[in-house]
Amino acid sequence: MEHFLALITKPDNVPILAILFLIPFFLWLSYRQARRTDRTGVPSDAALNDKVYVWPYLCRNEFICAIIIMLVLGVWSIMIDAPLEEPSDPAKTPNPSKAPWYFLALQEMLVYFDPWIAGVVLPGLIIVGLIAIPYIDINPKGKGYYTIKERPFALAVFCFGFLILWIVLMIVGTFLRGPGWNIFMPWQYWDPHKVVPLTNVNLSSLFGIRGETTAIFFGFAVIAGYYTLGPIYYFWKSKSSRFLQELGLIRYIIVSFLFLTMLALPIKMILRLGLNVKYILESPWLNI
Amino acid sequence: MNEERKGLKEKITNSDIWKSIFRHGYEKTGRRYTLQVLQNVWLHLHPPRISRHALNFRFTWCMGGITFLMFLVTAVTGVLLMFYYRPTAEYAFADIQALEFDIPFGMLLRNMHRWAAHGMVISVMLHMFRVFLTGSYKKPREFNWAVGVILLLITFFLSFTGYLLPWDQLAYWAVTVGTNMARATPVLGHEGPFAPSDITQANDVRFALLAGTIVGPSTLLRFYILHCVAVPLVASVLMALHFWRVRKDGGISGPL
Repeated sequence: MEHFLALITKPDNVPILAILFLIPFFLWLSYRQARRTDRTGVPSDAALNDKVYVWPYLCRNEFICAIIIMLVLGVWSIMIDAPLEEPSDPAKTPNPSKAPWYFLALQEMLVYFDPWIAGVVLPGLIIVGLIAIPYIDINPKGKGYYTIKERPFALAVFCFGFLILWIVLMIVGTFLRGPGWNIFMPWQYWDPHKVVPLTNVNLSSLFGIRGETTAIFFGFAVIAGYYTLGPIYYFWKSKSSRFLQELGLIRYIIVSFLFLTMLALPIKMILRLGLNVKYILESPWLNI
Repeated sequence: MNEERKGLKEKITNSDIWKSIFRHGYEKTGRRYTLQVLQNVWLHLHPPRISRHALNFRFTWCMGGITFLMFLVTAVTGVLLMFYYRPTAEYAFADIQALEFDIPFGMLLRNMHRWAAHGMVISVMLHMFRVFLTGSYKKPREFNWAVGVILLLITFFLSFTGYLLPWDQLAYWAVTVGTNMARATPVLGHEGPFAPSDITQANDVRFALLAGTIVGPSTLLRFYILHCVAVPLVASVLMALHFWRVRKDGGISGPL
């Protein structure tokens, strides 16, 4: 418990506590507007589309907002001091060593994937995927107002990625990870000598495959099969679905690749936590 | 009552003293309001008029503006901090201690810089969330969304490079952990898959980032220059582009 309290009151973790309140608040605020739009069929702000003068109306808002934020920042800066620990010492590694709080979702992914995936490929794909969003989301509706009904898929995917895979993992990494990067519940004592049996096995072993070459082929087949799920769905449905035809094969392949890659993280988490799966594909060149 | 007040107001504004201070009255006309924005260097980023819904907090959450405000706060406090800080392994930690204990308002300065930086990370994430929820990245705003994603990365990178500068245990190990991932970059990292045999600890992509094989004095200098000069410059250019495109792409998005 004392370690958890120390974590919660750590000055650098104040932003995460703020996020715990800010995100539900803004979710509620946007949900209310989206529901009203969906019920009435008209964007809730459509009636307010006439023009007003920036000076004084917008400038006044900006000024008031800036004053309030500066007040909050001023009080925050007076009340809470920025942390300063002992001088740096390359020979003294703290346990656990944590990255800054905004990178903890990435550090959390390292539990489930090798560094080249969790630390390089997945962050890279997050960036590429974010930039690609406007080019692969061809739904012309829901532009400039809150709505759920007109773009459920886009919202579900983004909210899952942002709220669950980014924010929740960040919070887990900050508050629940202790020495040895083991999970410690808030009421548990941070035991630096905690022994966690490493009983993880590869997926191929779960299926009783013992031969090394067979295991590589098996792992490769599982991953290739996973990624061909997308194209299979396309050729199965594209005859009857107007949406898929409009999207086109190239855009569809990009969407399905990014979507399946995003889902690979929770799938690997479930496999690891539920079945103790270490790797899906283990080979001399790379492990996934 | 109203008449009385009006009379009093006129009496005051017609007095010689008032007129000696204020040369003329403020006419409340559209022309005046428009010129106020167009003729002011600080306000000219704004269009003269905007949609009424753009004033609503519940629509915009003010997060873009707050992000920019946080950037300005960190820029101002950052310049002040630079007067007291030397980016060398000998002095960095001692200079932070001096800021805390010797320099008047040094602690407040450092606190404001750090919390504004954290605030900027939060507000930039919420800004992106709002833009997504309102579908504001859709045509014709696709490119500005891409610029925004790069600015998000730059915000993380600015915050990350600044994290090292106090040169304490927290800074040192957070950056060590954060940059260790670069070892595993495919092809370009010495521990990554498909790395050619001549890629070693001393010439891979992590070496380029750290200017060494571990976080050391040259890393401190490298991060200091990235943090104080190089990245803010890039950020400023991209912010100018970002704001300009908001206007060119039809102003703040709204239901049309």
